[in-house]
Amino acid sequence: MSAAKDVLTHPVAKNNPIALQILGVCSALAVTSNLNTALVMTMAVIAVTAFSNLFVSLIREHIPSNIRIICQMTIIASLVIVVDQILKAFAYDVSKQLSVFVGLIITNCIVMGRAEAFAMQNPPGISFMDGIGNGLGYGVVLIFVGFFRELLGAGSLFGIEILPLINNGGWYQANGLLLLPPSAFFLIGIFIWIIRTWDPSQVEAPEFEMAPNTKKEAA
Amino acid sequence: MSAKDTTRQTVIVATLLCVVCSVVVSAAAVLLKPLQVANKDLDRKSNILAAAGISDSSKSVDELFTQITTKYVDLETGKFTTDVPAKYDAKKAAKDPQLGQALTKDVDIASIKYQAKVMPVYLVENKDGIEKVILPVHGYGLWSTLYGFLALEGDLNTVVGLGFYSHAETPGLGGEVDNPAWKALWPGKKVYGAEGMEPKLGLIKGSVDPSAPGAEHQIDGLSGATLTANGVTNLVQFWMGKNGYAPFLANLKAGEV
Repeated sequence: MSAAKDVLTHPVAKNNPIALQILGVCSALAVTSNLNTALVMTMAVIAVTAFSNLFVSLIREHIPSNIRIICQMTIIASLVIVVDQILKAFAYDVSKQLSVFVGLIITNCIVMGRAEAFAMQNPPGISFMDGIGNGLGYGVVLIFVGFFRELLGAGSLFGIEILPLINNGGWYQANGLLLLPPSAFFLIGIFIWIIRTWDPSQVEAPEFEMAPNTKKEAA
Repeated sequence: MSAKDTTRQTVIVATLLCVVCSVVVSAAAVLLKPLQVANKDLDRKSNILAAAGISDSSKSVDELFTQITTKYVDLETGKFTTDVPAKYDAKKAAKDPQLGQALTKDVDIASIKYQAKVMPVYLVENKDGIEKVILPVHGYGLWSTLYGFLALEGDLNTVVGLGFYSHAETPGLGGEVDNPAWKALWPGKKVYGAEGMEPKLGLIKGSVDPSAPGAEHQIDGLSGATLTANGVTNLVQFWMGKNGYAPFLANLKAGEV
């Protein structure tokens, strides 16, 4: 059972798909301007990674290796369409805000990465757990980024006002930069910094050493 | 070559996988369709109600919507028409060769390229006649087409409210078209001057000086979003002008519809 637990918890901090593998960053920029969309996106990605891992793993013995990527993509794309349809039926407002990004889960490298790297070699049960774990790892970053972007950018959390804005007669001047996608780069950078401070083994060795300055006049 | 890599196996796996996936996808689409249509309808209705300033938290959207009559207007003649296909969608009709028309550059100030010949309008009627008219409008901003509703009082000149239900302008700049504080500037403004049906309403740079002449036709600009603001001005001018609802409003005023 500990193997299943490891598979589930490792991607959250030790082997986070965004922070360590730097996968799935583009959608993390797009859907994190408020917590509501970040949370729904997290659940959608967890569902897609978990089930795509499950189904890919179920038929892994039968997939011919020369068309394996196409097979994985077909499964992932079908799941994403189903998730998109469910969101449109039961959470219309959120699906309107997420717009194309639900469809773009198909291109999220985490989903495909786990299907190819894990589900193709492992039995269904543990692949399913790995999918949930990686979805959670993605979600932790999304929620972290979404929390700061919504709090500092719009003064609210889940749409409920926390810091009263000057526009509405309060004292807080919202930071507009945080509502724009690039701000997520800073926040993800800070997140990676925190994780690597907590677990220094994630820090890569430098690719080259700076040579000492050999020019006399510059020394 | 192992057994699963033969051409035969490849074809079989690919075919089976496609069949299973397409069944799953079509089942989801068909089964969830009624719910999705209901959601879309509810969303449209609540946007119409919001533009008209009708809200009552004790009643459902459908209950509130019973006050509203939907009618169709032929934009060219400015008269009501019943000659519309079932489930008429003005957005689709605009690009249809029969139901829509392409706009030439000189009239297309809202940059929408195609326009439907028939548009839905929503009326709130009381015993004295028309209380409010809610008109669908759209036009291009900076990044996206803004879709919304403009509601007018029974005098067909005073604005009740404006609201956009779909756009992708920059949050915090052009996205401020959704700011309730900015939307509150619209009610009470006049679309037309004392004479004629030339729309005068538009956004200006900076804040409106209420004592200045023509202040009733002016709305505060959106700071940092000049292009979105121009887009909003253009779409109001277009839809309230002679290629938009002006003939219909003139007829309605004269009581000839």
